[in-house]
Amino acid sequence: MSSLALGAWAVIVSLAILAAFLAFWHLGTQSMGPGAAMDSEYAKLMGATATTGQSAMPGPGQVGHKLWEHLTNPFYDNGPNDKGIGIQLAYSLARVLAGYAIAVTLALPLGFAIGMSPLVYQALDPFIQVLRPISPLAWMPLALYTIKDSGLSAIFVIFICSVWPMLLNTAFGVATVRREWLNVARTLEVGRFRLAFAVILPAAAPTIMTGMRISISIAWLVIVAAEMLVGGTGIGYFVWNEWNNISITNLIIAILAIGVVGMILDQTLGRVARLVTYPE
Amino acid sequence: MNLVMSSDHPRPLVRAESIAKIYQGKDGATAVFEDLWFSIHEGEFVCLIGHSGCGKTTILNILAGLDRSDAGAVLAGGSEIDGPSLDRAVIFQSHALLPWLTVLGNIAFAVRSRWPGWRRDKIIEHCRTFIDLVGLKGAEDKKPAQLSGGMRQRVGIARALAIEPKMLLMDEPFSALDALTRGMLQEELLRICRKTRQTVFIITHDIDEAILLADRIILMSNGPGAVIAEIVENPLPRERTRHDMHHHPLYYATRNHLLDFLVNRSRDLAGSRHADPRHPPAIRPAADRPAPVPALPPASSTRAVAL
Repeated sequence: MSSLALGAWAVIVSLAILAAFLAFWHLGTQSMGPGAAMDSEYAKLMGATATTGQSAMPGPGQVGHKLWEHLTNPFYDNGPNDKGIGIQLAYSLARVLAGYAIAVTLALPLGFAIGMSPLVYQALDPFIQVLRPISPLAWMPLALYTIKDSGLSAIFVIFICSVWPMLLNTAFGVATVRREWLNVARTLEVGRFRLAFAVILPAAAPTIMTGMRISISIAWLVIVAAEMLVGGTGIGYFVWNEWNNISITNLIIAILAIGVVGMILDQTLGRVARLVTYPE
Repeated sequence: MNLVMSSDHPRPLVRAESIAKIYQGKDGATAVFEDLWFSIHEGEFVCLIGHSGCGKTTILNILAGLDRSDAGAVLAGGSEIDGPSLDRAVIFQSHALLPWLTVLGNIAFAVRSRWPGWRRDKIIEHCRTFIDLVGLKGAEDKKPAQLSGGMRQRVGIARALAIEPKMLLMDEPFSALDALTRGMLQEELLRICRKTRQTVFIITHDIDEAILLADRIILMSNGPGAVIAEIVENPLPRERTRHDMHHHPLYYATRNHLLDFLVNRSRDLAGSRHADPRHPPAIRPAADRPAPVPALPPASSTRAVAL
């Protein structure tokens, strides 16, 4: 144990867990052998599970094979119900980033105002407290009715779910800037504009970035559900469509892809957060 | 008791006139301190000593313009202080450096505030002068978190001096440092202030720091209702160092006087009022009379001539 670093051991244990998981998966989905003899018409109706003992759940080999197909050809487009997983992910990402960008442009200035002014804070607090706990999907029918466009409605839902953590974290970060830093700026007769951008923004940046990171995670969680509702394109629609096709292999691949993309989004913002974090 | 002549200080740079801080509690208003009158003259090093709770930091914040007096006024250059000013630089107890900026960046932030029109290379050159002055050469690009406590306070001092203020306000600047670093920084501060003829107002509760640094030492009685009990004129020659000042014949007389005040009299005086708060007793400790002076001597015999 002592000869290897902690990190190396963690990799070994991770690989062991993965191997064990794949092994159990493989054993659990093995063919049971042919079932009881039955009428051939009836056998057709019953499908492979009843007749040959073939599990409906694909094994790791089948999923791996299909995954390789998706990875080698992620952007094919064979019409509305058969697009590559890369295209579907790109649609979802575009919606998330659009809604998220709108949320950023609104939440950061508003959060700044709330954090700087106790009056604005107290005036807006009741609205925020009521709106924040609403499930983003509850907005969907209202959005569909008013916006009359399913794609834009999905973007609106992303906006409404990702705005709150950013708004509240920005307000909190701005309101809790250390008093001594503000006093330094005051004794130096620093103007309002410079105070906001050269003192308060860098001081609150770590807290703001935490809010942005929470928001992107929530947005990615919500887009799958939103696209299941609005349909058409996107990874959420892909999941729903493959469920209708009873293609469990594709469902598993989609779940895996959602996880990987979510991780990349979070890690990217985590990296930005490290850039603006300062040790005290 | 010696009558203090202040003819070498023709006009006060800052003059506090009857300042007070009053807190509204559940059972009526409580004055932390009230009716304080004192002056700080150009080139003078004034030290304020008192126990916790007598409102020392509040007094400094009022002088800085960060806080407001609930009565009276503070005059600077003939006009009333109504907010912070680049003329009065503050060195905070907790150094208050911006942690996301480097040493150079912190000082440049202040310099750019003072002279917004300066070009970048002129600002950096100006900053380097003051980084050298406080002995931080080589640490320009370090962040505050990478510096020791003493070095951080050096940055704080450089930042305050770099804007070339009329006056330095220091709030227990060395109290968070270890004894060795503290002594070193005290001497450097003294050297720098002598060189630049800087006017300084400093808060401390360290008697030796007061004797080493200050020309005059304002003694506050305990709060609430704190008043200026007396103003002690430092009898030691201006060219004193930490190493030799305790050999001076008047060192122990001064030290005992201050210690006796902090241990006994500051408490006894709590809440009492002078007959003439405008002219608190001015004391110059003398070797032949180390015994404590009477608690409240008649104002007429101890009145400072010029304030």
